[in-house]
Amino acid sequence: MKQILLVVFLLTAIFFSACSPQSTITLTIMTHDSFAASQSVITAFEQANNVKLIFLKSGDAGAALNKAILSKDAPLADVFYGVDNTFLSRALDAGIYEPYASPLLANIPVEFKLDPHNQALPVDYGDICINYDKAFFASHNLPIPASLEDLLKPEYKTLLVVENPATSSPGLGFLLATIKHFGPDGYLAYWRSLRANGLVVVDGWETAYYTNFSGSSGHGLQPLVVSYSSSPAAEVIYASSPLTTSPTASILGPDTCFRQVEFVGILKGTRHLNLAQKFVDFMLNRQFQQDIPLQMFVYPVNLDASLPQEFIQYAQTARQPATLDPAVIAANRDKWIADWTATVLH
Amino acid sequence: MSIYHEDEQAIKTTKLGGFLSSWFKPVLPWLGASVFLGLFFFYPLARILWLGLNPAALNTIDLASLLLAIRSLLFTFYQAALSTILTLVIGLPAAILFARYNFRGKSFLRVLTAIPFMLPTVVVAAGFNALLGPRGWINLGLMDLYHLQSAPISIVGTLGIILLAHVFYNTTIVIRLVGNAISHLDPRLEQAASTLGADPPRVLNRVTLPLLRPSILAATVLVFIFDFTSFGVILLLGGPGFSTLEVEIYKQAMQIFNLPLAGLLSLIQLLCTLAFSILYSRIVIRTAATSAPRAAATNLRSARTGRQKLFLSGMVVLLLGLFLLPLVSLPLASVTRLAADRGERGPVQYGITTDYYSELFINRSDSIFFVPPFEAVGNSLGYAGLTVVLSLVLGFPVASALAHPSHLGRFLDPLLMLPLGASAVTLGLGFIITFNRPPLAFVTSPLLVPLAHTLIALPFVIRSLQPALASIPDRLRQAAASLGASSYRVWFAVDWPIVARATLSAAVFAFTISLGEFGASSLVVRPEYPTLPIAIARFLSQPGGMNYGQAMAMATVLMVVCGIGILLIERLRLPGAGEF
Repeated sequence: MKQILLVVFLLTAIFFSACSPQSTITLTIMTHDSFAASQSVITAFEQANNVKLIFLKSGDAGAALNKAILSKDAPLADVFYGVDNTFLSRALDAGIYEPYASPLLANIPVEFKLDPHNQALPVDYGDICINYDKAFFASHNLPIPASLEDLLKPEYKTLLVVENPATSSPGLGFLLATIKHFGPDGYLAYWRSLRANGLVVVDGWETAYYTNFSGSSGHGLQPLVVSYSSSPAAEVIYASSPLTTSPTASILGPDTCFRQVEFVGILKGTRHLNLAQKFVDFMLNRQFQQDIPLQMFVYPVNLDASLPQEFIQYAQTARQPATLDPAVIAANRDKWIADWTATVLH
Repeated sequence: MSIYHEDEQAIKTTKLGGFLSSWFKPVLPWLGASVFLGLFFFYPLARILWLGLNPAALNTIDLASLLLAIRSLLFTFYQAALSTILTLVIGLPAAILFARYNFRGKSFLRVLTAIPFMLPTVVVAAGFNALLGPRGWINLGLMDLYHLQSAPISIVGTLGIILLAHVFYNTTIVIRLVGNAISHLDPRLEQAASTLGADPPRVLNRVTLPLLRPSILAATVLVFIFDFTSFGVILLLGGPGFSTLEVEIYKQAMQIFNLPLAGLLSLIQLLCTLAFSILYSRIVIRTAATSAPRAAATNLRSARTGRQKLFLSGMVVLLLGLFLLPLVSLPLASVTRLAADRGERGPVQYGITTDYYSELFINRSDSIFFVPPFEAVGNSLGYAGLTVVLSLVLGFPVASALAHPSHLGRFLDPLLMLPLGASAVTLGLGFIITFNRPPLAFVTSPLLVPLAHTLIALPFVIRSLQPALASIPDRLRQAAASLGASSYRVWFAVDWPIVARATLSAAVFAFTISLGEFGASSLVVRPEYPTLPIAIARFLSQPGGMNYGQAMAMATVLMVVCGIGILLIERLRLPGAGEF
């Protein structure tokens, strides 16, 4: 009998912890696992609006979105942040968002505003680029590859590690860059040649960067890795002992980088529409936008936001990033990934 | 009239009460676990499977999907069977070693074999890579020794490392379940067989193995199911060339959002698990044998003959090689620093540092999600403690009921194993659509974490307790009762001393499962209460030597906390537990 009582007790405890009335209003924000922000910035919003913010981390970008879609009839949160341009159409098709034409959109360049109905509002962007290990190329007297085509040269045999686009968002970004560059009919031939040139594929960014990449603490075998254009800055900021220069850098050739834009939107069914709108404004406003680079290692979209010194010095954005229409990505993504898998893995 | 009527009512009530109690009594031990599993496992799972597999959605499954499902299923079987055989090959002699021999450093080695069980795969992958990777110690050593140009061993990204990692993770299951049974064998049975003229193989075949069969089978099935549902090992060490059902479910559900196919794959995985569990309970019921269990200490001895010494030292070296070498690279990496200016480095240079540990306490970037290490340890221990209590409270009555064969038990037994075989990804999505509205709106509650851990720990707890409880011959209880002991006293004087040790073993399982479980990918988590594995993953999600070092430092903290936890639980002197 005791055990039954305990179960009943625990269940009651859960109910009460879930349903207990709160003195202040809470606003819940659902995000992917990579979301981060400064304590001071978040506290400023909480105090100004007399609200408590609760963040729910829900897996990687794809997983978080799927959870938001599955729970759309009884949403878990008021605001959802973290859909990127590769997933944007899935989010819009599922109709999870409440449109909101924030006045702050005026400060955001039109190239980022990919949803004309303002259900999903751009917050930040980043470039998925190939990083290289400076020391390797210096000590082997090798020139840095400058284009996607260069990677097929015999001197770069077995030097590149990429992530599987079926399981990794940088992996998908790089695949999309090659599709933009070589076209939907030409990219598979390129990947076939990459494979013949000793391409290494792993499932996730962590493995690629920390196990295979020679420029990281894992000091692996490949001096070329698909990562972000901001990774060299992170190598300096999170160095184990102070560095004056980054041990890595990005290759910024034509279409070698894929531009990823991340969006925020208000979830349909929110009971705090007014506050949710304020929070979206807050995310697009200068204070939060300037906090983004050093917290999430991506770039703010608001033109008024200035970049931290480390970003200006060590991180570069692509001059000619590859971009694709989200609707085209959504329509073809599964087929592209399946064809890539058949070509590269089997 | 009215009085008469009332009397009839009273008689009816008593009859009803009698009926209820006769019906209720066999059901009672199952009540807690059934309600728990029903609410937190079967209900959400049924809802998400129905969402993917309703007749309308099923039409979207085409031939290519079916081929994919068959291919994943075949590979999943293949690697799980190989892994299980290898785990038994290492685990059974290791179980004999721990159950039969006294030697120096035994408790250290025992804890060492249990630590992998709770380490997150990212950390294990880092450990294996430091040892066996292209620039791992073994390869560097061999290259140095034989003046080779390239690494002679390339095991990362092959089936070999998947098998090795599975053995590394799961050997402790065999050591604990089978070792526990061996240590309680009555040596007089084997001695009697020898006296009657049986040679050692015959003693093993006719006496020892039949007595050990339930525990060996239990361990085999648990190891097999764990290998069958393998996810992190395949993704991080095997790489994209390999795909088990669980990996494919993750891709379909989380990336492609093909719920029908993900549902189909989950169902296949679930049905396979059910089939294994049914097979297991059939065999166990058919072959269960009881004998008066002996105190564990009476079976312990030191190695005397040359062969025994050879066995002992050989096993110790093997286990140290298998467990210590991959693990030791983590604490080493947590205190070494790469040469300062890697941009212009020649050969990699190292220095010793404690920076990674001191940095754990500093919130340098003022992040709202910063958690000091002691708080992460506290969260992890809190969740683990709740998991231990909850799974023991729910598991004990079930294991006692299972110890006495009954129709109800035979029917419910295989269902208890299902949470081990269910896809974590699918169940996580089931939680989302089930617990997102009142009256069950607790998908965002931090308490969901220990509840989910209990789902996985419960089968282990039951499988640890049940063989011990079943091994108690009824005549011992009858003897105690006929000497005038009350039923409570019978339990405390007969059952408890025998199962106390198994209870500790069950507690260790629940504790390690909870500490190492990495539920972040399948549950919605409140980032303000992260566990140690989640804290480690956060560091590894950004570039930079400091992040890598802090992840290794946090992993070392996790290993130490878990090691101390296991040691403490195993050294508990339970009242009345005696020598068992």
